[in-house]
Amino acid sequence: MTDRAWIATRKGLFELRREREAWRIARSSFLGEPVSMVLPPPRAADGDGRMLAALNLGHFGVKVHASDDEGESWREVATPAYPPQPEGAPGPEWKLVQIWSLEAAGDTLWAGTLPGGLFRSEDFGASWQLVRSLWDQPSRTEWFGGGYDVPGIHSICPHPDHAEETLLGISCGGVWVSRDAVESWSLQAKGMRAAYMPPEQADNPNIQDPHRIVRCAAQPERLWCQHHNGIWRSDDNATSWQEVQAPLSSFGFAVAVHPNDGDIAWFVPAVADQQRVPVGGALAVNRTLDGGKSFQTLRDGLPQRDCYDLVYRHGLAVAPDGEHLLMGSTTGGLWASADGGEHWQTVSQNLPPIYAVRFG
Amino acid sequence: MARIAFTPQLRRFTETPEIDTPATTLRAALEAAFDANPRLRGYVLDDQGHLRANVVVFIDGRRSRDRVALDDPLRADSRVHVLQALSGG
Repeated sequence: MTDRAWIATRKGLFELRREREAWRIARSSFLGEPVSMVLPPPRAADGDGRMLAALNLGHFGVKVHASDDEGESWREVATPAYPPQPEGAPGPEWKLVQIWSLEAAGDTLWAGTLPGGLFRSEDFGASWQLVRSLWDQPSRTEWFGGGYDVPGIHSICPHPDHAEETLLGISCGGVWVSRDAVESWSLQAKGMRAAYMPPEQADNPNIQDPHRIVRCAAQPERLWCQHHNGIWRSDDNATSWQEVQAPLSSFGFAVAVHPNDGDIAWFVPAVADQQRVPVGGALAVNRTLDGGKSFQTLRDGLPQRDCYDLVYRHGLAVAPDGEHLLMGSTTGGLWASADGGEHWQTVSQNLPPIYAVRFG
Repeated sequence: MARIAFTPQLRRFTETPEIDTPATTLRAALEAAFDANPRLRGYVLDDQGHLRANVVVFIDGRRSRDRVALDDPLRADSRVHVLQALSGG
């Protein structure tokens, strides 16, 4: 769906509609409440309006709400819950901190969480089960927080051709892949590099900080990763990763890949990890059309002076047509493009801090 | 009977029954309220059954002692208030 989008923010969920190339806010839900992630109706094309929103209430914890009517009305459903923590168990407390990612794969829903647990639902959120095969990996306790006190799963990439395959991006726990319906897992971050670690640990795949990983729907072996220390591409379904250099800066959080052409991807550069603002106070998008051999830095319509907007992990999205893009910042700026990023229009500069932008 | 009441802020999200209970500990009183509305448990306690970090309980005007065991004793006429802590924003 290219004419509807959902914006999950610090103060509510906003539904956007596009009419004659102009986006407008059509509805708000949970106004005033933090919405950490939204799952647009996975089967809207079939007339199935079910969708999910994950709330992170300041005092009262994480909650999940479901809608049966494409966001018109909502009801609370089950919240993923960690089992009792064995005494002396190493690693972070077995307590849900935040739902950081929500994805659908067939009838299965996946929720990626801080502090690093993956949950599965087969009944559209009526119940959730912790995936113990990942949680019980001994090396999980080596993971650490990236941007939060505890590690978290921000990227869930099902394989469109292999229902039993799932790939996860974890800050900071590298890239994990299961090819047997989450019975077992392998760590697949070979080629990534962590400059924030001592030299002898820089290549350790289990401590990599992939900020965001996306998979090309039409070429599922092609993955893109915006990492803490740069940009990586995989041509072999995460068996290996090759570093790519972008202009301005290779630091950032968000990445989007064209659904039909894995050579086309978009990034939003920031200066560096110690200065998370656009280079020169001018917001730009880096786009490659050739798999990272070259980039275009796109600025038309974006603020070019005194701009300090940061686009966080889930703040950049491309529509199924590969042409419409939306980009939202942690200071409430929202921009849209109808031509693959060549030109941008301001949708709003007054939204709450934006956590996630999704078409659907 | 001890009486347990919840912050009206919670009513935005779920039912907050005011319960009279013969419970003699804080946890037993909370369980009586959760029996009336099972959804309430997740708003007050975390995954491990501990009091949420940004929820605070007062018993007869004094803050409860133990956020894990929740074993503060209640008198027959105790008044228990479950509130949001200002630390939560």
